[in-house]
Amino acid sequence: MSYVSSNRKPLLSRKATNDGHAEKSPYFDGWKAYDKDPFNPTQNPSGVIQMGLAEHQLCFDLVQEWLVSNPEASICTKKGVDKFRDIALFQDYHGLPAFRNAVAKFMGRVRGDKVKFDPDRIVMSGGATGAHEMITFCLADPGDAFLVPTPYYAGFDRDLCWRTEARLLPVVCHSSNNFKVTRKALEEAYAKAVEANISVKGLLLTNPSNPLGTILDRDTLREAMSFINEKNIHLICDEIYAATVFRQPDFISIAEIIEEDQEYNRNLVHIIYSLSKDMGFPGFRVGIVYSYNDAVVECGRKMSSFGLVSSQTQYLIASMLSDDQFIGKFLLESAGRLATRHNDFTDGLCQVGIKCLNGNAGLFLWMDLRGLLMDSTVEAETALWRVIINDVKLNVSPGSSFHCSEPGWFRVCIANMNEETTKVALARIREFVLRNGNKPNRKEKCWQSDLRLRLSFRRIDDVLRSPCIMSPHSPIPQSPLVRTRT
Amino acid sequence: MAKEIEAAPSVQLSSIAVSETHGENSPYFAGWKAYDENPYNEASNPSGVIQMGLAENQVSFDLLEEYLETHPEASFRGRGATGFRENALFQDYHGLPTFRKAMASFMEEIRGGRAKFDPRRVVLTAGATAANELLTFVLADRGTAWLVPTPYYPGFDRDLRWRTGVNIVPINCDSSNNFQITTPALEAAYELAESMNIRVSGVLITNPSNPLGVTISRSVLEDILDFITRKNIHLVSDEIYSGSVFSSSEFVSVAEVLEAREYKGSERVHIVYSLSKDLGLPGFRVGTIYSYNDEVVTTARRMSSFTLISSQTQHLLACMLSDKKFTKNYIEVNRTRLRKRYERIIEGLRSAGIECLKGNAGLFCWMNLSPLLEKPTKEGELDLWRTMVHELKLNISPGSSCHCSEPGWFRVCFANMSEHTLEVALERIHKYMEQRRT
Repeated sequence: MSYVSSNRKPLLSRKATNDGHAEKSPYFDGWKAYDKDPFNPTQNPSGVIQMGLAEHQLCFDLVQEWLVSNPEASICTKKGVDKFRDIALFQDYHGLPAFRNAVAKFMGRVRGDKVKFDPDRIVMSGGATGAHEMITFCLADPGDAFLVPTPYYAGFDRDLCWRTEARLLPVVCHSSNNFKVTRKALEEAYAKAVEANISVKGLLLTNPSNPLGTILDRDTLREAMSFINEKNIHLICDEIYAATVFRQPDFISIAEIIEEDQEYNRNLVHIIYSLSKDMGFPGFRVGIVYSYNDAVVECGRKMSSFGLVSSQTQYLIASMLSDDQFIGKFLLESAGRLATRHNDFTDGLCQVGIKCLNGNAGLFLWMDLRGLLMDSTVEAETALWRVIINDVKLNVSPGSSFHCSEPGWFRVCIANMNEETTKVALARIREFVLRNGNKPNRKEKCWQSDLRLRLSFRRIDDVLRSPCIMSPHSPIPQSPLVRTRT
Repeated sequence: MAKEIEAAPSVQLSSIAVSETHGENSPYFAGWKAYDENPYNEASNPSGVIQMGLAENQVSFDLLEEYLETHPEASFRGRGATGFRENALFQDYHGLPTFRKAMASFMEEIRGGRAKFDPRRVVLTAGATAANELLTFVLADRGTAWLVPTPYYPGFDRDLRWRTGVNIVPINCDSSNNFQITTPALEAAYELAESMNIRVSGVLITNPSNPLGVTISRSVLEDILDFITRKNIHLVSDEIYSGSVFSSSEFVSVAEVLEAREYKGSERVHIVYSLSKDLGLPGFRVGTIYSYNDEVVTTARRMSSFTLISSQTQHLLACMLSDKKFTKNYIEVNRTRLRKRYERIIEGLRSAGIECLKGNAGLFCWMNLSPLLEKPTKEGELDLWRTMVHELKLNISPGSSCHCSEPGWFRVCFANMSEHTLEVALERIHKYMEQRRT
């Protein structure tokens, strides 16, 4: 048999061969260390503890209980199998009406029912990852830019830029005012882009913030709205951590702000949502684009063909999220458990003089280790990070991978483990800090326990009635632990 | 004096968003609208439009349902607390190992064991729609082109071109040789692209073909492989209908031809598969890319982050497809039922005086109505099509929407309805043909 053969290699695309996948970032290096030597309480108690993965693992017992009592929600069980055929055939990119209705209702409840969401504006996507890429394809041409406050989620570089060829421009935020997104910083970033002849298409906000674990206050949100209206650019609000707010102040969604002033151009506003963080279902790939712009909804819907939610999953989620009683219980328990976990860690860290940014949301802490750096440089931060991974055996994420302008900050995920592992992680940190105690100022008294009102979790309404503890924008002066380096 | 109302400055969306490349204004979708407005229902609307434009496989659901009723482990209830938790958290783009393995072995079974598939080369995507777009992003730069034999699936215009910015240059096939792909046709398409200053990234074939309902012969596959090797370009073989071949021996996958060549040059070849057609599960969004090129596997896997398969669905299908007794039986029974449907529709059309291309696969037949055209043009075809949709109330797909170079051909789906509905459709065609004769 004869055939043509050749030794030449076929070309791949530029996108296939560039670094747009962003996997060379240190964000992923730590994962590799974990994969090689994963912690297990019985089989590998000295392995690396995964603290680089923002997952919500605290409420599966509630969901499992619900599943057992609701067999009809699965089309695989005897109770649900009569729906199998219709669901298996359903590939309409509008999505199951019951799914859209349930998601819209859930989104409203998570925001304390202060706003209503229209099921017809809900567009599906392959997780929030897919949602971010999709909205970018709708709004931006190759070379167009989005402004993003730093520090920001490492995955955005891939999600918004890789295949879309859009770009991200940082809006630099500083710890001096708790990383507040100021109008000044927005204007500076915009002006810089204009000078460089880069077309800015929009602003991307993450609220609650990853990696900070804080929420945006009303003033900041209003400034952002005023800014984008003035420049006539889009506003994308990633609210995937909305239900992880566990303490006052209350979460304020952009959906509320938009109702405050009729002059706001609603066509500019789009919300990204997902069930991966709030419910703990990253595997189910439930991403949502919610747009106030009809043309974007229509275009997005067509694009959703490239990342529809499995109809089997839509069916299950529709059933679960429409169960008002269950959802009420879930949201309450979830907030409480996150609060407890947060307190366990912040208390434990505080006892060895490690401070975190004061946050009330998210599945992580933004830990301040600037005092442990040899120099205030990215290299020093990376060196410290390698020590934490290899010696302390904790996979935490260095601030540089979030484009933080100040070296020394680390994101530490705390909701993806059980209580036993929490204790092990804290013990390791304690031991590491005490071992390195010959560094200056390590043994300062923990002032926070004096100033901060202690909250042990009781009922959520007790929590809400408690006096507001120090918010990131508190007038209380900075801790003496925060040293300015000369 | 009226005050001029200042309109809000218009908000710009991207060029992709405002283009028409999503293709939804094609007649392929216009027929669907007619159906949506007046859908046939055996009991409540027997004179409504019968949907014959949707290539779905509805003939074997009973087998799936029976499996589920006897295998509780496919759902979460059967797996217990840790089962659900692990599954809900699983977002690794490598996919559930059990599922990848099950897909690879299912693909082998469909090919009668004549080709081997390595689970490590299986990349998972949410449907073949996503798989084809993803492969285009990986293999082709913006502005380059795929060569695609006509007639082809109308969705390719969107899937391959819309967000990628890649072009399609047609490889013209016609009825003179039953629409087979020939080397002169491949060369002509390549030259056409060159004359337009467009670099060709590869050839994309669908085997079995949609809309033809025919498998590609081994010798044609050899010719295509030789062609892409000479030009050093890629070959994507969309084999999503491979399980719908009426007789197992008639399907030759490009995988078999590569194996016979000891995989020489295989780094240019990539296969797309899906469970939407063979298992009738389009809602579950299960697509795969199988590539013989390591770099492509790695990159495609990374890109699949935008379009992963729900872990809930991966779990269900891993159970089902690992059950060899189930899959063996399913493949055989499904094949038999599709063949019976095909034979019935061919017979029914023939007795009405209508001929089809001789087919051996798929969920549709390729009907020749060119003798009925008033004018042998695209307009003549669309006129006839409008008669079909609005008078006979049958939504069938005009060949022009599949970029067929000869007017008068129509794709008619037969597996997305009950046997009774098929008879109703055939009856309407009979009546129409009789009326024409008088």
